[in-house]
Amino acid sequence: MTETITANGAGGPEAAETGAPVLEIEDLHVTFPGRGKEPDVKAVRGVGYSVRRGEILGIVGESGSGKSVSSMAAMGLLPDNARVTGSIRLHGEELLGLDDKAMSAKRGSRIAMVFQDPLSGLTPVYTVGDQIIEAVRVHNPKMGKERAAERAVELLDLVGIPNPAQRAKAFPHEFSGGMRQRVMIAIAIANDPDVIICDEPTTALDVTIQAQILEVLKTAQRETGAAIVMITHDLGVVAGLVDRVLVMYAGRPVEVGAVDDVYYRTRMPYTMGLLGSVPRLDTEEHAPLVPIEGNPPSLSALPPGCPFAPRCPIATDECRAEEPELLEVGGGHGDGHTAACIRAPEIEREGWTAADVYPVPAIGEAPAARTRRADRETVLQVDGLVKHHPLMKGAVFKRRVGTVYAVDGVSFDIAEGETLGLVGESGCGKSSTLMEILSLERPQSGTVDLLGRRSGTMSARERFAVRRDVQVVFQDPMSSLDPRMLVFDVVAEPLRTHGYPKDKLRARVNELLDLVGLDPAHAGRYPQEFSGGQRQRIGIARALALEPRLLILDEPVSALDVSIQAGVINLLEELKVRLGLSYLFVAHDLSVVRHIADRVAVMYLGRIVEIGEVGRIFGSPAHPYTQALLSAIPVPDPEKERARTHIVLEGDLPSPANPPSGCRFRPRCPKFAGLSEAERVPCIEVSPDLEPTGEDDHTAACHYAQGRTVV
Amino acid sequence: MSMSAERTAAPDAPGEGPAPARTPGRWSSVLRQMLQTRRVVFGVVTIVLMVVIAWVGPLLSPWEFGERDYAAFLQPPSPDHWWGTDNTGRDVFVSTMVGLQKSVIIGLLVAVLSTMVAAVVGAFAGYFLGVTDRVLMWITDLLLVLPSFLILAILYPVLRDQGWVVFVALLAAFLWMVTAKMVRGMTISLKEREYVLAARYMGVPAWKIIFRHIIPNMSSLLIVDATINVSSAIIVETSLSYFGFGVQPPDVSLGSLISDGAGQAVTHPWTFVFSTGLLVLLVLAVNLIGDGLRDALDPQSKRRA
Repeated sequence: MTETITANGAGGPEAAETGAPVLEIEDLHVTFPGRGKEPDVKAVRGVGYSVRRGEILGIVGESGSGKSVSSMAAMGLLPDNARVTGSIRLHGEELLGLDDKAMSAKRGSRIAMVFQDPLSGLTPVYTVGDQIIEAVRVHNPKMGKERAAERAVELLDLVGIPNPAQRAKAFPHEFSGGMRQRVMIAIAIANDPDVIICDEPTTALDVTIQAQILEVLKTAQRETGAAIVMITHDLGVVAGLVDRVLVMYAGRPVEVGAVDDVYYRTRMPYTMGLLGSVPRLDTEEHAPLVPIEGNPPSLSALPPGCPFAPRCPIATDECRAEEPELLEVGGGHGDGHTAACIRAPEIEREGWTAADVYPVPAIGEAPAARTRRADRETVLQVDGLVKHHPLMKGAVFKRRVGTVYAVDGVSFDIAEGETLGLVGESGCGKSSTLMEILSLERPQSGTVDLLGRRSGTMSARERFAVRRDVQVVFQDPMSSLDPRMLVFDVVAEPLRTHGYPKDKLRARVNELLDLVGLDPAHAGRYPQEFSGGQRQRIGIARALALEPRLLILDEPVSALDVSIQAGVINLLEELKVRLGLSYLFVAHDLSVVRHIADRVAVMYLGRIVEIGEVGRIFGSPAHPYTQALLSAIPVPDPEKERARTHIVLEGDLPSPANPPSGCRFRPRCPKFAGLSEAERVPCIEVSPDLEPTGEDDHTAACHYAQGRTVV
Repeated sequence: MSMSAERTAAPDAPGEGPAPARTPGRWSSVLRQMLQTRRVVFGVVTIVLMVVIAWVGPLLSPWEFGERDYAAFLQPPSPDHWWGTDNTGRDVFVSTMVGLQKSVIIGLLVAVLSTMVAAVVGAFAGYFLGVTDRVLMWITDLLLVLPSFLILAILYPVLRDQGWVVFVALLAAFLWMVTAKMVRGMTISLKEREYVLAARYMGVPAWKIIFRHIIPNMSSLLIVDATINVSSAIIVETSLSYFGFGVQPPDVSLGSLISDGAGQAVTHPWTFVFSTGLLVLLVLAVNLIGDGLRDALDPQSKRRA
C-alpha cells in the first residue's frame, strides 16, 4: 500500500511558469456539415488555450460541449468531412493543414493521447508488449527489436504493472480495465511526448482504480515533463490535479483561469451551477443540490446571444441579444482568469455564489423520520442472502469447474421512510443482490422478507400484490424504456397490469408526468425524443405509478451529466418526502450516496463489510476498505483536495470465483500489510463477521476495525 | 433531440395543469405515419388495384375462364383477346387474372402465417429457455432437416381435395424455421433489456411481455422476413405446380402461367410478359408496404421527419 500526498498537483505552478507554450490553440472552430437538409453542427466555436511544459490544463464540460472534439482536432483525428479553422501550433509549428502523413509523424511521438475506453484501445490479437514495441519503433525505426522490448518493459514498470517482463507477453484480455489503462498510458509516453491529451481517462474505472491511474499520470508527467490536457466531466479530479481550468459550454470556453480562481472566485453562472450541482463528499449538511434547469442547446440550432441564457437564472434581455466575449475578470491581476458573461463584473462586485444565483428548492422532512427507527415498520429485511453461479465447462458434457460467489451472505434491513445506500465497486455483487430481491423467488440460502412477506413462500396472488408495492428504477435511461412504446403507454403499463380503471388512466398518467416534472402534453412522444435526464424521470414516473412503498434504484443517476443529475436527485428526495417512500439506492458514487442516504452499506466481493448511519460511515469509517474507498474520491475543492492524503489501494478486485481465504479484503488491505505475523493469523483464517463498533448500530466486518477520518 | 419538456415552474398540486392534450394511440400513430409516406401509399394502391382487377377483370372480359377460342391459337393481343391467347386458345387476360387471385392469396397468407409462427415459436423458446426451448427447437430442427419438397409432394395428393387452405398451411409450415432461430437469438438478448426486466418486476405475465415488448422490438426483422416470404411462397408454389403438385390444371396460378409461358417467351412474349410483370409488381408493392411499415414501427428510423 502506498500513501501519497497530493501536494500541489504534480509539477506545480512554478514549473508551469517557465518556457514558451508547447501547444497553442487559437480560435478553433470545428463544424460538421449536416446530412441532406439538416443544419450544420457547430461542435467547437472559438476555443483557444495554450499549455506550457509541465503544466496540466483541465477541460471540463458536460457531454456534447465540444471538449473531446477540440482535442481530436489537435491530434488531427477528426473525420474528413469536419471543417476545421483556426490555428493549432505545436512548438510554434502550425499543425492545421498538415497532411495525414506529416501528422502521423507527430502523433504518438510529440503529441500523444489516452482514450476513455481501455477496452477498445488495445488490439486483442497482439500481446501488450508487442503493442508498446510497435509504438516505440514506429517513430524510431532504427531502434533494434531487443532494445525496444527492453524499453517496453521499462515503460510497463514505470506505469506500475507488477512483473513487467512477464506481463509484457500477456494479451490485453488478461488485464483488468485499470491495468489496460496503465498500458495505454505506457504507450502514450513511449516516445517522451511534449503533450499528452487525456480524454476522460478514468471515467470508465472504479474510484479506487481511478486513484491509481491519476497517480500513474502524475508519475508519467514527472518522467516526461510533458504538458497534459486533461479532459473530464469530474470536477473533483480537476480540483486536485490540474493547474488551470477551461470550462466549456456549447462548444465555447465560458470560463478560463487558475484552478483556485475558477473554484473560489467563480464568475460565470454556468460554472457556478456546475460546482453547485455536484453532491459533496465532504459536507455533512443535507441541503438540496443546485439544479440547472433545462438541457444544453442543440449545437445545430443555437439560440442567438449567450448559449447558456435559456438556462441561466440571472439572464437579461441583453444576454439574449449577443454572445458575450471571453473577458478578463478578477480586477485585472493579469492572472488570466477570464469569463464569458456580461454580468461577471456585477457577480464580482456583489460576491454572488451559486446559492445566490440559483433558486434552491426547499425540501421538507419526511414524516417517517420523526419516529425512531426502531419503532418504524421494516419494509425490507434481507438475511444471509446467497447467490452463487456455477462455472461450467465443456460443450456436450457440462461439468462444474467452480463457483462464482456473487452474493455470499448479505444481511440488511430498511425501515419505512428510509434510504439505504448500497455501495461498492463494479463486480462486488450489488446488482446481483438487487436482482435476487426483485425476483421474489426462494434464494439459494438465506431469506428475503418484503413488506412482511417471505420470498419463495408466496402464492402467485401475494407475489402480484408485492410487485405492486416494490418498484424499480434502472441505471440506463436508454434501455429502461421500450423504444417502441409511446411515453403514455410506458407510464400506463403498470397501471394496466394491475387493473387500474380505464377511464381514470389518462388523468393518472398526466398526474404522474406532472409529478416528475414533465409536461403531460408530451405523453404522445417516443422515449428517444427526450434527453437522458428526462427519460430517467419517465422511468421514475413509471415506478411511482402504483404508489409503491419501496423503490429500488439501480444507479439511477450514474449515466447522467452532473447538472441533470442534481435535478433527478432533488426529485427523488422530494418524492420521498411527499409520498413517504423507502429507497434501496445502489450506487458506486459515494458522494451521491452521502447526499441521499440515511444509512449506508458497503459491499466488497459479495459481502457487506460495513453498515451504519450515513454520518458514521462517512465521518469515521471503521473498515479499511471503506476508508480507502472514501479516500479515493476526489473532492471538488482544490485546497482541500491538495491537502488530502489518499489511500491508494494496490491491485484490482479479486475474481469472485476465487476469493481469498479468511477476510476477502486481505490481499489489498493496507491494515493487513502493517500487521505482525501473529496478528495476521485471524485475517487469513477467519472470515470476519459484522461486529458493532460501539456506537449506534454501526457494524464493520474487520478483526481490527478502528474508526478513522478520511474525508 | 433536446427539447424543453420539463416544466419550468416549481411542482404545483398535481392535476391542475392545463387541459391534457389528447395523445394518439400507438397503432393510430403508426397508421398515420404510414399513410404519410408516398411509397406506402403507392404500394397499398397497387395491391388494392391488383386485387380489384384480379376479381373484377374476368367479369369484364367477354371470355370465360377455361373457355377456348378454337379460331385463335397463340394470337398476339387484339381487341378480341386483350392480352392475346395461348397455344390452346385460352384468353391470356382471363387466365392471368385467375392466376393472380391464387398467387395473391397464397403469397400473402403464407408469408403472414409463417412469420407469425416463427415469431411466436422463436420468442417463446428464447424467453423461457429450458424445457420449452429444447422442445420447440427440437421441432424446428426436425422440420429443417426434413426435405420439405418431398414431404409436400407426398402429402399433397392426400390433401388435395381439402382445397387451397391446406396448401397454404403446408407451405407456411416449411418456411418458418430459419426465422424462428433468428428470433430466438434476438429474444435471448432482448429479454435482458431493462424495460423487459421492468415489466417483469411490475408483474406483467410472460406471454404479455413477449407480445408487448419482445415481438414489437424485432418487428424490423419480422417485416423484412414477411416481405421476402411473399416472393418465396409464390416461387415455391410455382415450382411445386411445375412438378405437378400444388396448383393443378385446369386451375392456374401466376407460377404455373410463367412456367407455361417461359418456353415461348421470345417468340410469343405476351404469354409470358403479363404474368411475370404482375408477379414483379406484386412483390414490389409488398416490399414497399413492408418498408414503410418498418419505418413507421421503428421510431428510431432515420427516415422519420
